[in-house]
Amino acid sequence: MNTAAAFPLAALVKATVVLFAIVGFSPVMTWFERKISALAQDRMGPNRARVPWLEKLPLIGGLFRFLGRIGIVHPVADALKMITKEDFVPDRADKLVHTLAPWIALVPAFVTFAVVPFGPDIRIGATIQHLQVANLEVGILYIFALSSLAPYGAALAGWSSNNKFSLLGALRASAQMISYEVCMGASAIGLFMIYGSLRLEQIVLGQQDLLWGIVPKWGVVVQPLAAILFFAAAYAETKRAPFDTPEGDSEIVAGYFTEYSGMKFGMFYTAEFVEMIVLAGLYVSLFFGGYLIPWVPAGWALTGQAVAGVMVPGFVWALLMLGAFLLKVAFFVFLQFQIRWTLPRFRYDQVMRLGWKILLPLSLANILVTGLVMLW
Amino acid sequence: MELALFVLFGTLAVLGSLGVVLSRNPVRGALWLVGALFCLAVLFILTDAHLLAALEVLVYAGAVMVLFLFVIMLLNLREEELGPRRFTPVKALAVAGTVYLGWLMAVPMWKAGRVPPAAPADYGTVEGVGMLIFKNYLLPFEMTSLLLLAAVVGAVMLAKRRM
Repeated sequence: MNTAAAFPLAALVKATVVLFAIVGFSPVMTWFERKISALAQDRMGPNRARVPWLEKLPLIGGLFRFLGRIGIVHPVADALKMITKEDFVPDRADKLVHTLAPWIALVPAFVTFAVVPFGPDIRIGATIQHLQVANLEVGILYIFALSSLAPYGAALAGWSSNNKFSLLGALRASAQMISYEVCMGASAIGLFMIYGSLRLEQIVLGQQDLLWGIVPKWGVVVQPLAAILFFAAAYAETKRAPFDTPEGDSEIVAGYFTEYSGMKFGMFYTAEFVEMIVLAGLYVSLFFGGYLIPWVPAGWALTGQAVAGVMVPGFVWALLMLGAFLLKVAFFVFLQFQIRWTLPRFRYDQVMRLGWKILLPLSLANILVTGLVMLW
Repeated sequence: MELALFVLFGTLAVLGSLGVVLSRNPVRGALWLVGALFCLAVLFILTDAHLLAALEVLVYAGAVMVLFLFVIMLLNLREEELGPRRFTPVKALAVAGTVYLGWLMAVPMWKAGRVPPAAPADYGTVEGVGMLIFKNYLLPFEMTSLLLLAAVVGAVMLAKRRM
């Protein structure tokens, strides 16, 4: 349990890789979101951001023209715009807090992914490595603890801007996030009761058993109600439509980040996308078997397994499971985009009523029923 | 490594607490408190109390302080309303009391020596703490929860009267 002394190089490598993967994914996600919004609204989506000069080269020029046409150059143009834009701080703003707020929004979003297992145990040389940055004993409580810090980013941004719309957005954001945190925590308790651990690793491994010999014991199978409640609550935490009352562009301009421009705005924007990735990763690990492929035990990644007489080595299974994890995460990111671009915004009182009067009682009832079933 | 972390975060916790007391702006004061609580959580981790650390951040930094901040932001105190900075006898007494309390705590700790007794294997784990609060100390724990329930009911009553 000596955390400080047992800090290995492997953890550093894993942390770096995960961090860069998430940073790398968020611009791709802006492109993905624009394409999906275009799909939802029957448009073409971004297709005019071009790469100057490189397009005119012989041979590879065609590739760059193609990239421009499908809009993948757009995130690059976006990033350049945000970095070069004037960074404006309002005159009467609290300058220190105004500058600090985007960081406070961004950092918790990034570090929560540390406890999400993204692959099975693999053998590297003589050692066995978990594909997870930190296998904490408190596991998911770490995620809840850090995501409970997320309201600070929004609240402080809105307060420090010294703008009444920003302050309204900040108040809405903190009230909404506190409300839905309660429900998110309560809806996951049933899972801990069933898998008997807070470690995400253990929860994922618990899902490789089979119910009645056929159905994988995924969280969604044993806790269907919790799966819905958790997704709704966690989705509300990301503050995206239909839960985007803290931004509410038709009511309060842009809510808590009205007074932000340039890269500081970009950081709020990035934080939102990172939160979506974390949500998807966490949701997959809790309810959809994490990196597991149905009917394939995680142990095959260590030992290898023969399929139809052909020996398939462990690393191939590990790669397949890693791919399964990415695929599942991509699906739930896609689902979030679909919801975002399909449903209209709730009114603020509706958000509160849904959280406290519908989702919370249901998740408490879910705990009770789970306990009764387990006793019986 | 552990000692370095302890010194770093211990110092930061003390600085954060001083920031709470000394900052004029209530929002900044609340922020300092969040920072201090966070450093305290790191100190808990250094003593192997992982569950306590997670709960500290979850409950105090994540829930209680957000509500504090919420109220402070709603009040939106201005510089004029805070009044001039004065040194009153009450403040002097508070400082003296703090120093005395620190002295009372420091002396026995110094005498007890620097090597802490070995902790049991399940110390600070979810199972260990769960066993303690739901088995050994069930009655005090449940009584605390009743106390909280009473506070919740009282708060609802106070709010309802005005509606």
